[in-house]
Amino acid sequence: MNRTVLDLWVGVFVVLGFAALVFLAVQVGSYAELSSGKTYALEAPFDNIGGLKVKAPVKSAGVLVGRVTAVRFDSKTYRAVVSLELDVRYEFPRDTIATILTSGLLGEQYVGLEPGGEEAVLKEGDRIAMTQSAVVLEKLIGQFMFNKAAEPSAQD
Amino acid sequence: MSALAGVLRKLGARVVDSVWRLGFAVRFLFAVLRYSGQSFQRLPLTIREIYFSGVLSLLIILVSGLFIGLVLGLQGYDILQRFGSSSALGTMVALSLLRELGPVVAGLLFASRAGSAVTAEIGLMKTTEQLQAMDMMAVNPIARVIAPRFWGGVISMPLLAAMFSAMGIFGGWLIGVVVIGVDNGSFWSQMQDAVDFRYDIVNGFIKSFVFGTAVSLIAVFEGYDCQPTAEGVSRAITRTVVSSALVILALDFVLTSFMFRGL
Repeated sequence: MNRTVLDLWVGVFVVLGFAALVFLAVQVGSYAELSSGKTYALEAPFDNIGGLKVKAPVKSAGVLVGRVTAVRFDSKTYRAVVSLELDVRYEFPRDTIATILTSGLLGEQYVGLEPGGEEAVLKEGDRIAMTQSAVVLEKLIGQFMFNKAAEPSAQD
Repeated sequence: MSALAGVLRKLGARVVDSVWRLGFAVRFLFAVLRYSGQSFQRLPLTIREIYFSGVLSLLIILVSGLFIGLVLGLQGYDILQRFGSSSALGTMVALSLLRELGPVVAGLLFASRAGSAVTAEIGLMKTTEQLQAMDMMAVNPIARVIAPRFWGGVISMPLLAAMFSAMGIFGGWLIGVVVIGVDNGSFWSQMQDAVDFRYDIVNGFIKSFVFGTAVSLIAVFEGYDCQPTAEGVSRAITRTVVSSALVILALDFVLTSFMFRGL
């Protein structure tokens, strides 16, 4: 095989390979998302986080504003402390409420932020005081069953 | 009693043989790495091997990638639409290709397309005493013949696996969006939401690199180690394909259990 033709083909091969990698990184992966901007960290204690996982999205009004970076258990207060990482472009009032929500009936869980009305905003390392726990389906069903079971006995 | 001793002796001989071969393979790898610098001084040799194992495997890799993607699109849609989440088709196709199918299937194809050819070439060189002739002329056969073929495979394989995954995702898109009519926007956006660059793409790339190294080492080693007869060469080629497939699947399990453990 001619040397120049061979080099040309290998060049085309390598370019194709890297083009595939770039395609995977840019079009398939979420390489650009949140990686460009700087972030600030917040903490939020919850009574029950349900099935919240690390890297779960943090959304406000349905828009992605950050991610969950860590979940740990505070053995003094017996509550779960969730560390959040928010994009610096987004600021929230100090009386923001953090709720654990589920996207769809069986979807993944995420942290929803509902902004309050205060002037002062949350800063790096702050704690979100007002939180609402995840709705645990088993508890709901348990309550429902308990009420159902209580009904006929009340009629007697 | 002596029958039992005979069985035990056979077992022992097999174990000793396989350990000896493994040790030889590791020493062979070190020899290849040691003479790699010498062979890189004549870069055209390696480029030639990238042509033979990479460029000539392009067709089979791209076509198989496309078909795997088409099948994933059909089967994924069939299952996902039962749960009313057919828009997650992109996520399913992309994750299964990037994490597992891309590196593994590309590795298997690479072993049977390029690995067997390398073994056959080196085995035939050994049978016709070309390697010994080189040694006589003070040309190191490891630097001249083995190392370029090894590096050609190591460089080609990750690129081929990336093309395989990209082609498969295109195939899934073709079936899902163009033929069946899943929404184009949610196909891509759900995929981008779920696929993480560091976690999925880089780990898949590492996998394909490891498989490429393993297959290339097996191919050059089996060729170098073969019985210098026609039958020996054919057995070496069979061993290359079989042990490459086993090593790829076993390594895949090990790597997956280290890389993707839920968190």
